Amino acid sequence: MSRELLNARRLLCPLPVIRTQDKVKQLKMGDQLEVVCTDPGVMHDIPAWCRINGHKVLEAISGDGEYTIILEVGE
Amino acid sequence: MLAAKTIMEQGVHVEGINFFTGFCVEGHTHAIRANDKAKPKRNNSLWVAEQLGMKLHIVDVIEEYKDVLINPKHGYGAHMNPCLDCKIFMVNKAKQWIVENGFDFIITGEVIGQRPMSQRKATMPIVARESGADDLLLRPLCAKNLPATLPEREGWVDREKLHDFSGRSRKPQMEMAEQFGFDEYAQPAGGCCFLTDASYSSKLVDLWKARDGDKQYDLDDVMLLKVGRHIRPEQNFKLIVAREEGEGRFLQGYKKEFITMNCTTHPGPLVLVDGSPSAEDLYLAARITARYGQGRDAEQVDVNIMSKDGSERTIQVKPFGTEEIPQAWFI
Repeated sequence: MSRELLNARRLLCPLPVIRTQDKVKQLKMGDQLEVVCTDPGVMHDIPAWCRINGHKVLEAISGDGEYTIILEVGE
Repeated sequence: MLAAKTIMEQGVHVEGINFFTGFCVEGHTHAIRANDKAKPKRNNSLWVAEQLGMKLHIVDVIEEYKDVLINPKHGYGAHMNPCLDCKIFMVNKAKQWIVENGFDFIITGEVIGQRPMSQRKATMPIVARESGADDLLLRPLCAKNLPATLPEREGWVDREKLHDFSGRSRKPQMEMAEQFGFDEYAQPAGGCCFLTDASYSSKLVDLWKARDGDKQYDLDDVMLLKVGRHIRPEQNFKLIVAREEGEGRFLQGYKKEFITMNCTTHPGPLVLVDGSPSAEDLYLAARITARYGQGRDAEQVDVNIMSKDGSERTIQVKPFGTEEIPQAWFI
């Protein structure tokens, strides 16, 4: 299991979702991805994308104008 | 949503594809403008996919889309919207996607006569033919008004259970939504593309003119046209004036790429100066900057000018009066 970081700062939705989607394609089931964003829309969009595609949101944190989502790759 | 549901009801596995051109209205504007905080920040395509219980693939086509916008074979609509070429492009991309991902055919929510440019009876076969999708393209909502496609002929879907909608009325779709139990859906004819917007299109044309007709653009260009008040006093420079706090925060991210200005003696907006302004131009830009701050009625205000390299200086200017900025400067 690995943990990767994705910098999606300054990108506006849906680009953080697209970058997340593209990064997840390179990961294996059980791997974790930490996505750091500045668009508050990701707090809705990335969890929705995870639910649709079978991934699990482990944590969603906001503060200091940044929004971080940690997800675990599903099947 | 209705087209997908119609096919899913027949037991067919459906997945969604959403193409991101850079000109999509939702998402960006909600994210930028603090005044839009009351509106849901959800992405409608993700929301629809979740309601339907299907996977959604969002595809970045920003680069490839440039050619569609710059050289539309079928021309533009009322503004800079190349709707027919756009549809052909997207169906073509969908065709490539289904081949790469092992799917059998494509469905869209098109209805004959619903849109004046891209959804006319005459354009339906053009989209199918020029996209290369041909009879792999099924339009479940108006299929009975069109020749049978391969999925219908092969019995993969039951043509009798498809629909015969036509025209601009959304009433049959609304009734169908009610039957399916959808009490919330994207507003019909809501315009999801900035290129159908007169103001946005004017700014895009102005951008191209200011670059001596060079129509290339990048994502930042496209984004900045969505934000702020755009004022061009001369061909060689324009100002982008934040209209509210959210836009100001967004424009802060461009401080290393543009000359920026803000009033220091009174609260006021952040302003980006795009182009190659002379010292005289910057003085004029500072007067405009002062006009949009709370010191607009003062005799003199201080305006800070920051260069791209971070060096700063302050000048004193008299703010422009309300009537002093010519209407022709507003893009």
